[in-house]
Amino acid sequence: MTQVSDALGPAAPTTPDPDAVGSGGLWHSAWRRLRRNPAAIAGAAIVALFLLVAVFAPLIAPGQPGVPLPNSGVTPSSVPGPSPGHPLGLDSPGTDLLTQLVYGARQSLLIGVVSTALGLAGGAVLGVLAGGLGGWVDVVVMRVVDILLSIPSLLLAVSVAAVLGQRPVSVMIAIAVAQVPIFARLLRGSMLAQRGSDYVLAVHSLGVRRRTVVMSHLLPNSLGPVIVQATLTLATAIIEVAALSYLGLGDSNPSTAEWGRMLVNAQSRLSTDPHLALWPGFCIAVTALGFTLFGEALREALDPKGRK
Amino acid sequence: MALLEVRDLSISFPGGSGRGSALSKAVDGVSFDVEAGQVAGLVGESGSGKSVTSLAVMGLLPHTARVSGSASFDGRDLLAVPERELEGVRGREVAMVFQDPMTSLNPVVTVGTQITEVLRRHTGASRRAARDEAGELLARVGIPAPVRRLREYPHQLSGGMRQRAMIAIALACSPKLLIADEPTTALDVTIQAQVLELMGDLVRERGTAMLLITHDLGVVAGLCDTVTVMYSGRVVERADRHELFARPRHRYTSGLLASVPRLDAPRGQRLQPIPGTPRDVIGWDAGCAFAPRCSAADDACRGTELPLVSDGARDRHLLRCAHPVPDQHDQHDQHDQHDQHDQQERSA
Repeated sequence: MTQVSDALGPAAPTTPDPDAVGSGGLWHSAWRRLRRNPAAIAGAAIVALFLLVAVFAPLIAPGQPGVPLPNSGVTPSSVPGPSPGHPLGLDSPGTDLLTQLVYGARQSLLIGVVSTALGLAGGAVLGVLAGGLGGWVDVVVMRVVDILLSIPSLLLAVSVAAVLGQRPVSVMIAIAVAQVPIFARLLRGSMLAQRGSDYVLAVHSLGVRRRTVVMSHLLPNSLGPVIVQATLTLATAIIEVAALSYLGLGDSNPSTAEWGRMLVNAQSRLSTDPHLALWPGFCIAVTALGFTLFGEALREALDPKGRK
Repeated sequence: MALLEVRDLSISFPGGSGRGSALSKAVDGVSFDVEAGQVAGLVGESGSGKSVTSLAVMGLLPHTARVSGSASFDGRDLLAVPERELEGVRGREVAMVFQDPMTSLNPVVTVGTQITEVLRRHTGASRRAARDEAGELLARVGIPAPVRRLREYPHQLSGGMRQRAMIAIALACSPKLLIADEPTTALDVTIQAQVLELMGDLVRERGTAMLLITHDLGVVAGLCDTVTVMYSGRVVERADRHELFARPRHRYTSGLLASVPRLDAPRGQRLQPIPGTPRDVIGWDAGCAFAPRCSAADDACRGTELPLVSDGARDRHLLRCAHPVPDQHDQHDQHDQHDQHDQQERSA
């Protein structure tokens, strides 16, 4: 049909063909499919809520994080329940539970996003080197990545925390290092697949420099799966932040609200006050679910096999 | 001296079927010329090595390919120059148009950027100047509303328009040689004619030489000055267009021509297919590759390597055949008159 319009000459419609193949069209149709997918909408809603809470934490939270209230009424056997000033009651150190949860979102987002960004950046550099240049560079880089992959991420986190001290930065780096191999392999694979395509041969035939071919042709076409992976990795990162602080490898500053440490504090009161563990656990689970739902929907929307 | 002189080009790839170290030959001792400002056709069926030949000239074969021979372009052997120097030649002096316009444009980059990229790379033009130039190029290849099209992505263009855009990109830096590898195969028949006509016009007005690779004898008949026929990785016949169509001497060429419907054929005459299938290129031996399918084949064809020699009186007609089709004087006189008539009509 499109060819007929060419034969007829001018004024071929410029509206994109709904079945258009190719990435420009791919992003368009991905967006359309995303909007029609209930899981994507649910995921996006959770992510949006999480972002809003994290960004506007000082406006939402009733108090200051990490500040134990005087005369809190916390006894070794019980914590005060909900009251007008404290909708969810207090937690074991005597701080407002809702405030801790709200500021905990902020901490999770910060560490999750920064570590994923670091992991993505590191993985992208290695992936571009390996997938774009190929040859011996590819071999060397991928062996390094294999070595990284063989180290358990928790062990890596312990080592990084031991070297850098228990600071948020060491948590970020620990999580990021564990993510680098994932992104590097994904981007390399994606670029290798693109490298054999006709348009790459065509730009080579036009004498475009290799660097330009890699950076402005191969890379943009290979980013789809990487973006999906970044969304999914954010969910993992948020869980890992909690896990690391649960193990005592996180931020050692007690005034920082953190969902993982809230779980640790709630542990001793699990039998008497289970809600202290349920709330942060619920937050971790829902946030991770939100990112996963959205990431999976994005993956489906971008998957050429799923397109009709 | 011709603009492009390919001599004894042989290409093989590692990894034949079966034995690990075996090389599979794709092209064997191919030689041909492309004269400046002329259109040379390279004809053959799938697997005859014509595309591989063009990729070798451009230096675009994978590193695993073993290439020997020479491809002298403007006095420089393209097979010998380093990759960095070759990058300066590609796009500026030799450019290529590929078969499938649907996949040969980068889907995430606008058409305009893909043209200006080449202009800026080779001419050092400013962003603005390159943009203007790109608009003019699109207009020249017959794309309506060119300035708007510059901002569009390939998927917003139809197949015919994409191939026009590809041609615009290839001709952006006014190369001396354009290699077109089956430029119309992926297009609708009506668009094919338009695109071929456009390419013919463009190379003529710019004095660009063109190497047209095709399996379609109709395309050759319409555009080419000289024709090289390949079979199974070797050149089997080479002649000027009129000579080849009027007096095909190699059995393969004549078989091809007999298998194409003609308007001037007597009514009721059946098309003559070539029996058999093209041979597997792996496992070459001496002798004619076409022999197993040839009605005139005998021991002379199978035993010894046949050279590409000129056909007696006409030294521009080369062929590699032990038993060429006899020169049918009656028929070719008729054809000559026909051709002259054709030409008169065209010039009129």
